[in-house]
Amino acid sequence: MFNLTGKVALVTGASGGIGAAIARTLHKQGATVVLSGTREAVLAERAAELGGERVHIVTADLSDPAAADQLVARAEEVAGAPLDILVNNAGLTRDTLAIRMKDEDWNKVLEVDLASPFRLCRAALKGMLRRRAGRIINIASVVGATGNAGQANYSAAKAGMVGMTKSLAQEAGSRGVTLNVVAPGFIATAMTDVLPEAQKEKLVGSIPLGRMGTPDDVASAVVYLASDEAAWVTGATLHVNGGMAMI
Amino acid sequence: MSEIADKVKKIVVEHLGVEESKVTPEASFIDDLGADSLDTVELVMAFEEAFNVEIPEDAAEKIATVKDAIDYIEAQKAA
Repeated sequence: MFNLTGKVALVTGASGGIGAAIARTLHKQGATVVLSGTREAVLAERAAELGGERVHIVTADLSDPAAADQLVARAEEVAGAPLDILVNNAGLTRDTLAIRMKDEDWNKVLEVDLASPFRLCRAALKGMLRRRAGRIINIASVVGATGNAGQANYSAAKAGMVGMTKSLAQEAGSRGVTLNVVAPGFIATAMTDVLPEAQKEKLVGSIPLGRMGTPDDVASAVVYLASDEAAWVTGATLHVNGGMAMI
Repeated sequence: MSEIADKVKKIVVEHLGVEESKVTPEASFIDDLGADSLDTVELVMAFEEAFNVEIPEDAAEKIATVKDAIDYIEAQKAA
């Protein structure tokens, strides 16, 4: 089950906690992984952690449309084979209440978290549709479904990602290419480490499974959707949030 | 047959995996050659790349047969 031997996977945002776990887990299942991110040194470290076999790195700043357009081709070049699996995990936040949110904060988040995944999907689909095979997994967030004060831009981008994925899933279905969303809830990463203890406790209190999620919880969901076993699942959103929002 | 017509035919054969003999000028991509809407979009993109022309959406919608494609590309190349 869930054997990915011989598959090539591109993971964006692979220097971050969740992206690194996704890359590690896909690699463990046998895939050749291409790690993408902005920080070359961190990517190199992540690649070294994977032992250097079946692993490649490509740096790209996805706020640059041209970089996003070219990333799939560059990944295929370093891997020396066409892409089987694309994981759009890269994203950023610019949190603030709406009345203080500048156009710049809005645009930056929509650009990196929604437009750039679209560009990567578009580039990857061209080859996948021709080859009649492929898996795209877009990493959204529970806030795309529930909303969150201070994240009008981020939640809009993530909700947009769900709608986009469903449309692309309909376009690609006849070719056996699937697109799905994994929507993580409250995951313990460097980003959430900085929250005050009291706030963390309150958050955990709202999670039926009684703990924060780990990057590996998210990675396992990605492996399933990337596998041959998930062949009949497309346009779905798999919520990985400990039961915090049952949607 | 013109060079353009020849190349169009080749692209259609390659993309749709159909017998060359079926790719007549009157053949409709969808009705006669078994293409679906995604195939027609892929064909148009393949024509754009092969002939280095831009085929806007409204023009692409009118390309239903092999001849439509040849005529459009020939007109673009003559312009």
